[in-house]
Amino acid sequence: MTTRIDTRFAELKKQGRAAFVTYVMAGDPDPVTSLEIVKALSKSGADVIELGIPFTDPMADGPSIQAAGLRALKVGMTLKKTLGLVRDFRKDDNATPLVLMGYYNPIYIYGVDKFLADAKTAGVDGLIIVDLPPEEDDELCIPALKAGLNFIRLATPTTDDKRLPAVLTNTSGFVYYVSIAGITGAAAADANVVGEAVARIKRHTELPICVGFGIRTPEAARAIAEKADGSVVGTALVDALKNSLDAEGRATAKTVNAVAELTAALAQGVKGAQQAAE
Amino acid sequence: MNIAKPNSYRSGPDDRGHFGIFGGRFVAETLMPLILDLEKAYTAAKADPAFQAEMNGYLKNYVGRPSPLYFAERLTEHLGGAKIYLKREELNHTGSHKVNNVLGQIMLARRMGKKRIIAETGAGQHGVATATLCARFGLECVVYMGAVDVERQQPNVIRMEMLGAKVMPVQSGTRTLKDAMNEALRDWVTNVHNTFYCIGTVAGPHPYPMLVRDFQSIIGNETKAQMQEVEGRLPDSLVACIGGGSNAMGLFHPFLDDPSVEIFGVEAAGHGLTQLHAASIAGGRPGVLHGNRTYLLMDADGQIQDAHSISAGLDYPGIGPEHSWLHEVGRVNYLSATDDEALAAFQLLSKLEGIIPALEPAHAIAKVMELAPKRPKDHLMVVNLSGRGDKDVPQVGDILRGKK
Repeated sequence: MTTRIDTRFAELKKQGRAAFVTYVMAGDPDPVTSLEIVKALSKSGADVIELGIPFTDPMADGPSIQAAGLRALKVGMTLKKTLGLVRDFRKDDNATPLVLMGYYNPIYIYGVDKFLADAKTAGVDGLIIVDLPPEEDDELCIPALKAGLNFIRLATPTTDDKRLPAVLTNTSGFVYYVSIAGITGAAAADANVVGEAVARIKRHTELPICVGFGIRTPEAARAIAEKADGSVVGTALVDALKNSLDAEGRATAKTVNAVAELTAALAQGVKGAQQAAE
Repeated sequence: MNIAKPNSYRSGPDDRGHFGIFGGRFVAETLMPLILDLEKAYTAAKADPAFQAEMNGYLKNYVGRPSPLYFAERLTEHLGGAKIYLKREELNHTGSHKVNNVLGQIMLARRMGKKRIIAETGAGQHGVATATLCARFGLECVVYMGAVDVERQQPNVIRMEMLGAKVMPVQSGTRTLKDAMNEALRDWVTNVHNTFYCIGTVAGPHPYPMLVRDFQSIIGNETKAQMQEVEGRLPDSLVACIGGGSNAMGLFHPFLDDPSVEIFGVEAAGHGLTQLHAASIAGGRPGVLHGNRTYLLMDADGQIQDAHSISAGLDYPGIGPEHSWLHEVGRVNYLSATDDEALAAFQLLSKLEGIIPALEPAHAIAKVMELAPKRPKDHLMVVNLSGRGDKDVPQVGDILRGKK
């Protein structure tokens, strides 16, 4: 099985550059603007798009992404509508890989089999589910792989060499290395430390390794892109979105552009990276 | 004569932390190695007689155990049915059952070399117990507490601060216990190397529901021995309130395989089950939150709903996974009591027995008021008086004055 994720990373490898992976929350600040933002991400240079599934209790997220989820929930965003957003996005873009990222409960309540079928039909390529470690692979990971979706696992600074094989066993698409022990939007990652961690994971897998948490600027995105197969930026984009909203938290004429401009600048940073020789 | 059951109700969880479909380890990868370490440390401690001996010393001389099993004569007379015994957990040092579990976890933290302890708290009872033992053993203590709870449980906030703990008011979400737990988990993910997360109830990822249950089982084990001593037999029924469910599990677990013992858990029905409440079993369904699969209050999209209870300690939209399993297999009957019923029970026990209960066990007393009159006079009913009401005096005083 080859997903859009596999195809995209193969293309980037040929071009000799790292991927720029973006994250925004589905439905933030409202479903219509959110679709425009997702479209703008791919047009502004995002190679892979992660779309957050709103959840009331995002245990691994910092204040920015917590607030984004609550904004989306407040305007009635649901998992079903998130899949609808993906379907609408796919009408104009059949190439950009799209990954849903979130927590297990909304999927569990939707029904795992129905969710996987609907996600595949909508045009989802992969899943990142924060609270499903390999110990719970029977829940969603194995069924997702069978349904033809990538299951992208998080590896963290606490995932030691002994544990890495277990984490990588059913991982596909790419590996998401969480550069710091912490929540999204926390302290910045040190590119050299990240480089060592990426090299360590590379000894265990052929999969591309993207690095996220703590990357906010084009310079930081570039520094990480020199050490890894991809830089992930989420909180900085969510913050740019939030700063464009009016006092009631509604979209303004500036909202889509605010995200698009930062995306373009970050994409430039990633594209300027000199990839380390393999 | 007891007929041996083919399946014990006491054998869970399995090695992956499951009680039937409930429980599990639904945590971020960052935390996974930590909970595996904790499981290993707990298994080793359990096998070490020195660990139990040290615990027993503190349980006796610092906590003040065993807690009495007290015959509530006037309450019994008033209700005119079952003979009611109170398991006096409110007499423990720090004023509730919470200290039993905290002592165990702090001993584990010491064995694991962790110097910084974090905890979540609702009513503040678990926070106070944690702050107390951290003071006793010279450990740094940070307690996450919903901003709403900080407001309504001021006496406990002051106590925690006096004991040297740092109380962090949580402003996210509904600003109650569930958000305090989210924030504690966020702290733990960030401070993985030096921090031990001391969970206050029989919930969270495996092995927490198991180890908290084990540390609290002293309640039921003592009750069994004490009842044998005074009445020469097993009790006929047990009643305890349930938020996450640690005081209930501690009382119930040693009796699960005694089929003659009827067991009642009492959830908080808040304003009533058709309105805002905190009764996960009565009004919820299975979902995944805070590391385990269990009954949760949520909407059709799987979003967690606001719980409501007059009692901050029961104001949680979930319940420990083993309770969910005991509900599904039918071993424990889960009932619920409203805010008003709990308030009435709070006053009744105060006036009849001279014991001011916490609002949490007042929910259990409320159901005793319904159950006891329907049972014969030789029926032995034990209710877990899990905490004392000092912390609730200002809040209840305001409510009662407002009502007059």
